Amino acid sequence: MATHSGGVTEVTEVRPETAAAADPASEEHGSDRPALRTTRLVRKFGDRIVLKELDLALAPGEFTALLGRSGSGKSTLLRAVARLDHMVEGSGELIVPERVSLSFQDSRLLPWLRVLDNVVLGLRGPGARERGLTALAEVGLEGRERSWPHELSGGEQQRAALARALVRDPQLLLADEPFGALDALTRIKMHGLLRELYERHRPAVLLVTHDVDEAVELADRVLVLDEGRISVDLAIDLPTPRSPRDPRFQEHRDTLLAALGVAQHQPTAS
Amino acid sequence: MTEVLSNARPEKLVAATAEATRKPAGDAASQAPQGPRRRLGPGRSLPFGRLIGPALLIAVWWAASAFGYLDPRILSGPGSVLSTTADLVSSGRLQDNVLISLQRAGLGLFFGVAAGVILAVAAGLSRSGEYLFDGTLQVKRAIPSLAMLPLLILWLGIGEQMKVTVIALGVAVSMYINTYASLTSIDSRYVELAEGLELSRWQFIRKVVVPGSLPGFFVGLRLGVTSSWLGLIVVEQINATKGIGYMMFQAQQYAQSDVIIVGLVAYGIFGFASDAAVRAIERRVLSWRRTLAG
Repeated sequence: MATHSGGVTEVTEVRPETAAAADPASEEHGSDRPALRTTRLVRKFGDRIVLKELDLALAPGEFTALLGRSGSGKSTLLRAVARLDHMVEGSGELIVPERVSLSFQDSRLLPWLRVLDNVVLGLRGPGARERGLTALAEVGLEGRERSWPHELSGGEQQRAALARALVRDPQLLLADEPFGALDALTRIKMHGLLRELYERHRPAVLLVTHDVDEAVELADRVLVLDEGRISVDLAIDLPTPRSPRDPRFQEHRDTLLAALGVAQHQPTAS
Repeated sequence: MTEVLSNARPEKLVAATAEATRKPAGDAASQAPQGPRRRLGPGRSLPFGRLIGPALLIAVWWAASAFGYLDPRILSGPGSVLSTTADLVSSGRLQDNVLISLQRAGLGLFFGVAAGVILAVAAGLSRSGEYLFDGTLQVKRAIPSLAMLPLLILWLGIGEQMKVTVIALGVAVSMYINTYASLTSIDSRYVELAEGLELSRWQFIRKVVVPGSLPGFFVGLRLGVTSSWLGLIVVEQINATKGIGYMMFQAQQYAQSDVIIVGLVAYGIFGFASDAAVRAIERRVLSWRRTLAG
């Protein structure tokens, strides 16, 4: 894994040598390099400070969910980490691995490219098409490689987007509410698929979501973003697949709901 | 007797169902079978129905000249236009002139499309390109290419160079305006996607910019094709020694209205055919959005 700088380097001092040194957040995983590390990240929109010197470190292969109220800056943080945001300030570091994949709330398939061409877009090296076909088969879209994106259902489009993210063999997968636009039934299926793919490929995952159940069901660590900082850092050490009926599941959910300012023991949909 | 029975039966049935659903008796009439609703749209279409109008026009023209209402010096009849066409073809005059006209329009279109697209891409993808070209071309847009004719004659003379330049200028502006508009309205989320996938600038142009601006490119191309014919007609009246326009201009001096009509029909056919060709290409290339465009 290589440390990578760019995008925000004008204002962010990147010190790879520091990253190579021991990192407390990833010691327990037996690795000396984090999959993601940011220190003192700042992002302002006019006078409003959305990220206040935020520190965050993700261990390699760690599935982390990021919760937060609407407007708390979840997506801002993700965009900053993805280096899509050109206005990020901060005095610390931003260290991301070489291979980072992104997935968005909309599938963001280019309508003028067929499904396979969308999946392998920007992929370099020989055998790109074969790798694309393998990735499509993995998400259950074999035989659809010649389809146009608009011929796929919403769930299938999101699967294709997942294949596009996976085909790059990412060390870090950044997902911004990837299931937010899906119907409830499709979302349940996609949860299973994402967890399955995660266990097979083991990238570090940062999943931004507003759905507490989704976070507890999928992630091994849940963060809550509040007032521009990480206010809660909760480890979820339940075996998968997890059932919302599990009392420990409910306990975690109540903790997180309380942290988000929602009354406890509130009945939830799923 | 049977007639009465068959008539009475549905009424009874209707009454029975009305009672069964416990509706007031007055409502029973609304449940009686009715024909289809009154149509408000234009109705079914006839195959080749659009040809009826032009065919009728030719019929009136033919009738008017056959019954002597039309002075052949003002407007020749369809028969004499047809025989003139045959004469022009057999003498090779029509082909020669058409070929020259096609060459002028084609060259003008080619240079105009190339210039318009290159400028649109440069203005759409870089700020300096936008600052340099966009304002300039918007000003140029306000000046009809034909208004620049005197200046272009001064600069380039009255030869082929000037003719092709006039046509290309008109084409380039409509190509630029439409391609640029389509290019700059490409969804910023696709740009973000391309950044996330770390596409090179060249890949970004090939996979996002070009396909994303094709709809505007084709709008510009259809307008450009039309404007190339328009420019052609004008430049061919200026000191040309060949071309459809020249042929018509000469015919005007000898009062050969039949030759003028042959020229008009040739312009019409080429204009229509080139537009149809562009639309056919557009349908093929933009097949990914067939559901939208129909």
